Amino acid sequence: MCLAIPARILKIEGNLAQVDMAGVKREADVRMVSNVRVGEYVLIHAGFAIEKIEEKDAEETLRLLREIA
Amino acid sequence: MKFVDEFRDRGIAQRIVKKIKEFDSFKVNLMEVCGTHTMVIFKQGLKGMLPENVNLLSGPGCPVCVTSQEDIDKVIALAKNRDVIITTFGDMVRVPGTDSSLEKEKGNGADIRVVYSPNESLRIVRENPAKKVVFLAIGFETTSPLIAASLLDARKEKIENFYIFSSHKLIPPAMEALLESKEVKIDGFICPGHVSVTIGSDAYRFIAHKYSIPCVITGFEPLDVLHSIYMLLKQIKEKRAEVEIQYFRAVRPEGNRIAQELISEVFEVSDVRWRGLGIIPKSGLRLKGEFSDLDAEKEFRPKTRKSKENPDCVCGEVLRGVKRPTQCKLYRRICTPEEPYGPCMVSSEGTCAAYYKYG
Amino acid sequence: MQPITNMVEKIEDSAKKILLAHGSGGKLTHQLIRGFVKKFGNLPLAKLDDSAVLSFKGKLAFTTDSYVVDPIYFPGGDIGKLAVNGTVNDLAMVGARPLYLSVSAIIEEGFSLVELERIVDSMERAARAAGVEIVAGDTKVVEKGGVDKIFINTSGIGLIDSEVDISSKNAQVGDGIILSGTIGDHGIAILSAREKFDFQTKVKSDSQPLNGVVSEILEVSKKVHTLRDPTRGGLATALNEIAEQSRVGIEIEQDKIPVKEEVKGVCEMLGFDPLYIANEGKLVAFVPGRDCAKILNVMRKNRYGRDAQIIGTVVNRHRSRVVVKTSVGGERIVDMLTGEQLPRIC
Repeated sequence: MCLAIPARILKIEGNLAQVDMAGVKREADVRMVSNVRVGEYVLIHAGFAIEKIEEKDAEETLRLLREIA
Repeated sequence: MKFVDEFRDRGIAQRIVKKIKEFDSFKVNLMEVCGTHTMVIFKQGLKGMLPENVNLLSGPGCPVCVTSQEDIDKVIALAKNRDVIITTFGDMVRVPGTDSSLEKEKGNGADIRVVYSPNESLRIVRENPAKKVVFLAIGFETTSPLIAASLLDARKEKIENFYIFSSHKLIPPAMEALLESKEVKIDGFICPGHVSVTIGSDAYRFIAHKYSIPCVITGFEPLDVLHSIYMLLKQIKEKRAEVEIQYFRAVRPEGNRIAQELISEVFEVSDVRWRGLGIIPKSGLRLKGEFSDLDAEKEFRPKTRKSKENPDCVCGEVLRGVKRPTQCKLYRRICTPEEPYGPCMVSSEGTCAAYYKYG
Repeated sequence: MQPITNMVEKIEDSAKKILLAHGSGGKLTHQLIRGFVKKFGNLPLAKLDDSAVLSFKGKLAFTTDSYVVDPIYFPGGDIGKLAVNGTVNDLAMVGARPLYLSVSAIIEEGFSLVELERIVDSMERAARAAGVEIVAGDTKVVEKGGVDKIFINTSGIGLIDSEVDISSKNAQVGDGIILSGTIGDHGIAILSAREKFDFQTKVKSDSQPLNGVVSEILEVSKKVHTLRDPTRGGLATALNEIAEQSRVGIEIEQDKIPVKEEVKGVCEMLGFDPLYIANEGKLVAFVPGRDCAKILNVMRKNRYGRDAQIIGTVVNRHRSRVVVKTSVGGERIVDMLTGEQLPRIC
């Protein structure tokens, strides 16, 4: 299952973080994303954060999309 | 929803489709490898928006669908053991084996629990010290690091009643097997975004270099998919064959090192059988020697009779992009989501399920 | 917290549980019944006859439903509230004015009396809010394990105005389709209350009575063709049933369908589609095209229809099928719910 959802980090305690996905709060294991900070966004898959999502990269992607068209 | 809604903008979508239609001088087959991409394409009605010269093929990126009949029968046999609690992602429950299914065994009293994370499985382990808990480790490179992490946690806690049934598989070898079989002409790959979060773009370089086929690593929103189709068509038109990352907000060329290290700490590569593709060398993961005490197969030695697939079920050909579900004799007439004959109709990422539900 | 007053005579705190004897027809049964009667406070019930005797003239609607929801308490309500509103709404969906309900409870031995009182109170409040009376009832007690805590059945009758003809078979080409509010709330609220799901959300069940909204709609237009409350199987299933029964095609717009952000979040997380998730306080109305704007206005003025939206139309194409225009402008079929349902959602 490749389902992974963007979520914002609310709190970090060791390997575990409290994250917020569109208002839904849950726990996620963040050992795979080094140096992640509160307020940043990560991709959550099956209870683990698998990568950080950089806001500037998302904006850049949208900019490229708008440029094509 | 942030990072989601912006990537569903109708105005941008329609303008990209207009640009895609400008590539009208050639016909192409583009394969989306990942089952989740198949679902997005169908759920958002993308096929109908594309011009006729762009043909989308569904590939073998559905982990439940490519699990061999033998593995399914072994898992069902495991479930019959009354000391065992089976924990699994939801899709596996209704997949039909040769004689039975996990769902049927549940009706017979087997303890089978759907979990959304291997952590839940560990919780069940701690709450049931008298039972043996088996986690069905099915998935690609997105999921195997998580399983590895849970196994390391189990080790650290000296948990002794936790096992996994390892059926993890690797995507790039399957892509190579498809190309080697030369059954279907593939002109470009829409590469799986979240698998690539783990393995990076370097893992696909051989496809561009050895086979001269363009690859674009793609996100999962509809604009991501349309964007990638545009990028693939552009490569084809410009006679390039490169690996590009469309999903660069999450994927890095080198992938996620920590995830890769987790996998290599616990697993080693092995030759495994894929439904529809046969045995592909170095395409699966098995537990390393020092973790073999966590291997459910070694511990329980599940016995199965001869595994048989339904002869009319063409899941294998569907997984290779050779047939569409509509070309299967059983599809819709006998094989439905309520009464599935093969995994492609059961899995939430199965091609037949996508066709049935959204087509 | 309400004090325990009239349900039973004074008993030891630790013994305030339902016993098998409560169901045997003897003294304890009578105590229990008198407790119910006092709570529901109406004449027919107070007579304590074998049947309620009622009289009225006109076209009657009659419905029944059983409630086995797990857990029995959840954000936004409980099994009692659900049982009353569910039956009230079933009557409202055929254009009936709900009048009288019966309540039948099957209770597990050992169930706490405090909890039973809480549920009965909830039913009384819901009945009052909906303007209906609970005039007949029954309780049975079974051994531990016979049922899971408490199962409730409610049946209801209502009166239909002679000019009103609302049915799933009546949808017509050209009808506008109005949805009264956000979908998916109830199902997600139930899920979040189940222990095995480890996420927290503020989503509440939308269990509420719709008879008020329906009578306001009928006041401005008696020509409503179809009403449906999309419970199990969600909006998608309800629309498919109507498309089939009326032999029409339905087209809806994904972006017009109101869904709360949190519901979207949980659905994305668990791989669910809000279109298939149960609702307990929403309706979808099929009305003549030219009455759409008027009816939408009326709905939005009612507190239970504040988020109403026109979500689609009935068409002459792809009869019996429902098609959705997706966020990006593509098109695809919306099928009925197939395969696994979320168990015991209502």
